[in-house]
Amino acid sequence: MKFSEQWLREWVNPEISTQELVDKLTMAGLEVDGFEYLGDSFSGVVVGEIVAAEQHPDADKLQVCTINVGDASDEELQIICGAPNARKGIKVAVAMIGAVLPGDFKIKKAKLRGVHSFGMLCSETELNIGEGSDGIVELPLDAPLGKDLKEFFNLDDHVIDVDLTPNRGDCLGIRGIAREVGVLTQQDVRFVEPKAVASEVSDKLDVKLSAPQACPRYLGRVIKGINPEAQTPQWMVQRIERSGVRSIDPVVDVTNYVLLEMGHPMHAFDLAKIDGAIDVRMAKKDEKLTLLDGQEVELTEDTLMIADNSKPLAIAGVMGGEHSGVNSETKDIFLESAYFDAISVAGKARQYGLHTDASHRYERGVDYELQRTAMERATELLLEIVGGQPGAIIEAVDKSAMPEKRHLTLRRERIERVVGVAFDDAQVEDILTRLGLGLTANDQGWDVSVPSFRFDIDNEESLIEELVRVYGYNNLPIRKPQGEMAMFMQNESRVFKDLLRDVLVTRGYQEAITYSFVEPKLQAVLEPNMKPLPLMNPISSEMGVMRTNLLPGLVQAAQFNINRQQSRIRFFEMGLRFETASGELEQIPTLAGLVAGRRYVESWDGDARKVDFYDVKGDIEALLNSTKRRFDFVPSAKEILHPGQSADIILEGKTVGYIGKLHPQIQQTVDLDLDTFVYEIDLEALSERDLPEFAPLMKFPSIRRDLAVIVDETVKGGELIDFIVKIGGNLLTDAFIFDIYKGEHLEQGKKSVALGMTLRHPEKTLEDAEINSVVDKVVAGLAEEYQAVLRN
Amino acid sequence: MADLQEIIQQAEQEISAVESLPELEQVKARFVGKKGLITAQMKQMATLPPEEKPKFGAKVNEAKKEVFGIIEAKQNAIKTAEINAKLAGETIDVTLSGRNSESGGVHPVNRTLRRIESYFGQMGFSVAEGPEVEDDFHNFTALNIPEHHPARAMHDTFYFDAGRLLRTHTSPVQVRVMENAEPPYRIIAPGRVYRCDSDLTHTPMFHQVEGLLIDESTTFVDLKGVLYEFVTHFFEKDLGVRFRPSYFPFTEPSAEVDIECVMCSGKGCRVCSHTGWLEILGCGMVHPKVLESVGVDSEKYTGFAFGMGVERLTMLRYGVNDLRLFFENDLNFLKQFN
Repeated sequence: MKFSEQWLREWVNPEISTQELVDKLTMAGLEVDGFEYLGDSFSGVVVGEIVAAEQHPDADKLQVCTINVGDASDEELQIICGAPNARKGIKVAVAMIGAVLPGDFKIKKAKLRGVHSFGMLCSETELNIGEGSDGIVELPLDAPLGKDLKEFFNLDDHVIDVDLTPNRGDCLGIRGIAREVGVLTQQDVRFVEPKAVASEVSDKLDVKLSAPQACPRYLGRVIKGINPEAQTPQWMVQRIERSGVRSIDPVVDVTNYVLLEMGHPMHAFDLAKIDGAIDVRMAKKDEKLTLLDGQEVELTEDTLMIADNSKPLAIAGVMGGEHSGVNSETKDIFLESAYFDAISVAGKARQYGLHTDASHRYERGVDYELQRTAMERATELLLEIVGGQPGAIIEAVDKSAMPEKRHLTLRRERIERVVGVAFDDAQVEDILTRLGLGLTANDQGWDVSVPSFRFDIDNEESLIEELVRVYGYNNLPIRKPQGEMAMFMQNESRVFKDLLRDVLVTRGYQEAITYSFVEPKLQAVLEPNMKPLPLMNPISSEMGVMRTNLLPGLVQAAQFNINRQQSRIRFFEMGLRFETASGELEQIPTLAGLVAGRRYVESWDGDARKVDFYDVKGDIEALLNSTKRRFDFVPSAKEILHPGQSADIILEGKTVGYIGKLHPQIQQTVDLDLDTFVYEIDLEALSERDLPEFAPLMKFPSIRRDLAVIVDETVKGGELIDFIVKIGGNLLTDAFIFDIYKGEHLEQGKKSVALGMTLRHPEKTLEDAEINSVVDKVVAGLAEEYQAVLRN
Repeated sequence: MADLQEIIQQAEQEISAVESLPELEQVKARFVGKKGLITAQMKQMATLPPEEKPKFGAKVNEAKKEVFGIIEAKQNAIKTAEINAKLAGETIDVTLSGRNSESGGVHPVNRTLRRIESYFGQMGFSVAEGPEVEDDFHNFTALNIPEHHPARAMHDTFYFDAGRLLRTHTSPVQVRVMENAEPPYRIIAPGRVYRCDSDLTHTPMFHQVEGLLIDESTTFVDLKGVLYEFVTHFFEKDLGVRFRPSYFPFTEPSAEVDIECVMCSGKGCRVCSHTGWLEILGCGMVHPKVLESVGVDSEKYTGFAFGMGVERLTMLRYGVNDLRLFFENDLNFLKQFN
């Protein structure tokens, strides 16, 4: 809410500076977003009158004006002006020699095409007081000559912008803010209390409350014969404009003025457009209404309407209809001041794509006892400005549906329990009473009655909050946290994400964080067989669906960097993937990696090798090793991967991830210039490790035996090792491959595998016979199972 | 006798001219080998009278020893020279970079999260996590934000359908923790959150840490204490801190915490909109309705919750001036935090 400081100070005027005032508001929870002094922008500009205007002798578009500025100068001023509306008899804004205009523009004596000019006639834009038309400002004819324009426009004022929290709807008007300032500065507030206006005409409209829960009180009043020529007085225009509300016509301006002053929305109808009576009812099926902003809306049946006998007139608490609105032809008006229930109005404006000053207030709740005051205030102002004869106030009320005055209990002990320090009774009573709450002492504390304007105070805690807020949060002590010195459980079997992070970081990976919602097309390329969960209201189509794997983000990160001349990409990311394969949404914590480009950073030794499958697999094995569990890699059928360079990662028979080279076609589709390897692993599979279990150290030496066998190229190394370990018996403690050879001297389709075996006996040194028996068993087994032939 | 001296001198001369070990071996053979000149002197002994023999023998032996000494010294000199020559040939450019030294780095957001987790960990808070696609109940209703509450509009929520949404804060994790365990609670919930908002200062995804402490005697002044400690440790500075009343449906009393601007030390600058203060987190005493919605007795237990934006803290800590950099994953940006 933006408002004029002058206006506020008319209600409550503490002897503090603007800065102190805004600080007080901010520290009481009415956060001031900013404030601006209006008089800073110019100086030396006065009201003048053009007493003569003649064509410039040497310029078609210029006029030589003679200006009377009253007492501001001893003589009349000659000023050259190019504005088309400069003419004899109008009152204008005169920047005299020495004046400073916005942008630090100093006015000096000048010569234009040979004629002297002693000042400048200003436009609104030049003075920064409005968007203005093309020409110079035309002031009212009664503007006093020589008067400083800042004074005339009343610019010795600040506009203060308060960012109110949704609970403080009571401060969406000068009245509420003044009340708050009064409490904070211990000043009396001069409330505007309009007198009841006596009726001069007997015209009335019947008002029916067909939806009393939504609208339990509705006040109306007829005013007949208003002056269509009337202008909104300047002071009122200034005030509403300083609150960011545009001046439209006197009737609308008055309703807006009351809204800003009292925080209570009003509406004015053209009486001639109302058919019969007013009915405050829910919208009917298929009902439509063209609103004041020109748009036609189809109403839903849960919308509260103001209607007459034949048609809807307005969406209650949101916006009036175009047809029944006041305009320059309007002679008689019907004023509305109603209490609409916040919950009934809430969300309605948004439903129709609207947000109005009225809906903003009704949604937060308005004072349910303020309708009459607002009506009298509007009437008083209207009579002053547009005249007319008022009728009596028509009031329809359903008392049973009206909010009840709230009574709460505040316990002394509870204050200390929540805040941590005790308050004196006198202090509690002083602060809460000043806030307008009614306190009656009881043995535990107080019974508290809540005034109608503070609908946000609805429990004991909110009373405590009010107390502490006004007392000042910063006046409370700071207590170092107390608590039991309890150690907290740290499960040693758990592998924390940070450990995995550190493994990858040490291996040169950079952690990425990419968006969880991704472009549907890209996701479809990178996970062809799953329908991702779409967002109903995405920020853009590129962020339309929840990722089903982490690849889209990593691929984009890789693209971004490859396009910026990075030749070595190593990314990992941890986050949820959102799978829908089972029909139910599953949110699965995932670790993903993407590696492309050089194996090492480019350096003097010229090793320009690109990463290959085994580099990346090594990274994954390093991760897997931190769990001390056995993972298997089996060829993968994942279609986004290279069919010959991809593997599923298996833990205890379950696929927990994959690794592989991106399929060349996919790589091309996603526009990556470097061969790219990717992997994903369920974090769950990496989250636990087995604790170390001690095995006695062997005292006797180990023996190594190597053999080379020729097998079919398709035989998997991992299988060979598993097989050897299986048949090797207890003495065989380790088996591994130390070389693989294909090519010359070997039959096509065959490969030679060099195997190393470690043998050891726990209690003695092995003898040749024992060693040979194991080796023979392995050789025979390999021959049988894999048709392996010993290589010479 | 004069011969021996001559022979030694001759040996000295020849040895000093030698440049390699094989050459030295030749010289050695010539003087002290079986047929060497000094060895030959021994043969003269037979011609000498018996009384001179011992004296002569001793002299020859001495001469032999002397020559051996000269040879050994030469031998060492040659070996040293050979090693030096070899080492000189092996000299490399030690200023060239080492091999494969590049290590990666943790994302700056997670770097900050680690620090936050560590500080609160020291105070006994453990980490809790939860789903990101949430239901309306956990994200809003349980937190005292019923349907049509104006606070819902402030949250700019991403929806999937009537019941499911992307969590707008990590507070639902607190609700889930309270649903599944008995008090006291002492947790922090870090993670991704989502708001339907994207401009210079907003990204549709960002990170939050929410904290929750519920116990039998937890009060507002304890909340002030915890957050004051945190701010001081996080920025490693005794900064001005102020608690400003605010509003969140799930806490009451509620506060926002401002710190003295870390860019201008509170003098006022562009970063703090010339106020000297930076808002860094929201907090308050957990609303009794929230406790009741998860079956915690609000008469017996009280406590506080707080929430902070991780990107914002990271920006302030390291002077990052553009929020959007965090999700572009530009290596030139990320590597600055390695």
